[in-house]
Amino acid sequence: MNKVLLGLLLGALLGAIDGSTAWFYPEVRAQMAGIIVGSTIKGLIAGVAAGIFARKINSLPLGILFGLAVGFVLAFMVAYMQHDHYLAIILPGSIVGMVVGYATQKYGMTSATGRSG
Amino acid sequence: MRQLSDKAVTRLRNGAELPDLSGTRYRLLERVARGGMSVVYAAQDRDLQRRVALKVLEAPGSQGELAHRLMREARVLARLEHPGIVPVHDVGRLADGRVFYTMKFVEGQRLDQYIGSLTSISDRLRLFQRICDAVAFAHARGVLHRDLKPANVMVGSFGEVLVMDWGLAKILTGEVETEPGTDPASPHDPANLRNKTTSSVVTGHGRVMGTPGYMSPEQARGEVESLDARSDIFSLGELLRSLRSEKPSDRSLDAICAKASAQEREGRYATVQELMSDVSRYLDGLAVAARRENIFEKVGRFYRRYRFFILLTAAYLVMRILLLVLIRP
Repeated sequence: MNKVLLGLLLGALLGAIDGSTAWFYPEVRAQMAGIIVGSTIKGLIAGVAAGIFARKINSLPLGILFGLAVGFVLAFMVAYMQHDHYLAIILPGSIVGMVVGYATQKYGMTSATGRSG
Repeated sequence: MRQLSDKAVTRLRNGAELPDLSGTRYRLLERVARGGMSVVYAAQDRDLQRRVALKVLEAPGSQGELAHRLMREARVLARLEHPGIVPVHDVGRLADGRVFYTMKFVEGQRLDQYIGSLTSISDRLRLFQRICDAVAFAHARGVLHRDLKPANVMVGSFGEVLVMDWGLAKILTGEVETEPGTDPASPHDPANLRNKTTSSVVTGHGRVMGTPGYMSPEQARGEVESLDARSDIFSLGELLRSLRSEKPSDRSLDAICAKASAQEREGRYATVQELMSDVSRYLDGLAVAARRENIFEKVGRFYRRYRFFILLTAAYLVMRILLLVLIRP
């Protein structure tokens, strides 16, 4: 599996899981579907970005930092649109970005012929 | 009559010992090393304008077995074209009849001198794998080295690793010409008794050539005919042990060393590739074939391997729980 596809799938999966945790907040349960879809798309974008970055730059610390930055920015945008739950959205979103940044640096193929990690 | 000083006598003696390279395309530069039967000189190739190492029999007029043996060594090297094996350039005879061959002049350090500069065990193991790679190639070409030790590995100035001194090599298969009764491996060849180096020993029932501490038990017993790749694997195991001697004990790495240099060859790795694979698994943080782990060791290794991933996941979960508990509306 190449790094971009790995980032896409992992980001989408973690984003969906992260979105599902909204169930613990009764006041937003009615919007669960929208939250999960939004969070999945957010994770997916972060994953693809981290995958592309990993394909170009082979550095674990930089990959994690990049994932953190992308996760933070995307989560901040979502929180800004809602004008609420900044901490509950930005902190997990940033960590999901870090996980995806780490995974895309460590695993997945750089191209069709090469393999890293 | 004036007496010569000791210094002058030494200089004259050294000059008399130097080989006469007239009639060859080489110009002698300096002596580099001396072995049991031969001397290695640095020489200048006049035609190609490059420095080479020239190996020549030590005693002028040496013929027969010794000459044949040096020629055979050159031929063995010639069939082993590999980045980890010193390449032979030329072979010939000097004006006094001595056989010589030239090879790449390797500027660098012997492994036993170089190893101190590698502080991490990973770097040492990667270097060890490159030695294994060269030996595995030789085995694939039907050649056993039979004298693998740190002193016979050179690390060049650009980090290249070269396995040297194939003088004791044994041909298992192939077409390298050997005259009947002159195989240096032959246990009844009296000429080779002269070839002993200070590190060689002789047993009661056969000639033994190699280095104590690195040669396999079967090689030490003089069972020359039955030697196979596992004899070199024993030496590689001892070499690996020497590479990690001052490092903290590690059970998996200890098990790899123990399996490679098991007293009974049936207990060793069957091929050098198997040994290399186990070292690779160790480097990748995987379970090694040389040792069964208990469940705690498996969990510990899994944690060490995926530490960052596990910590990130734990951080995420902890943070989620904290958010849930502390920032609940």
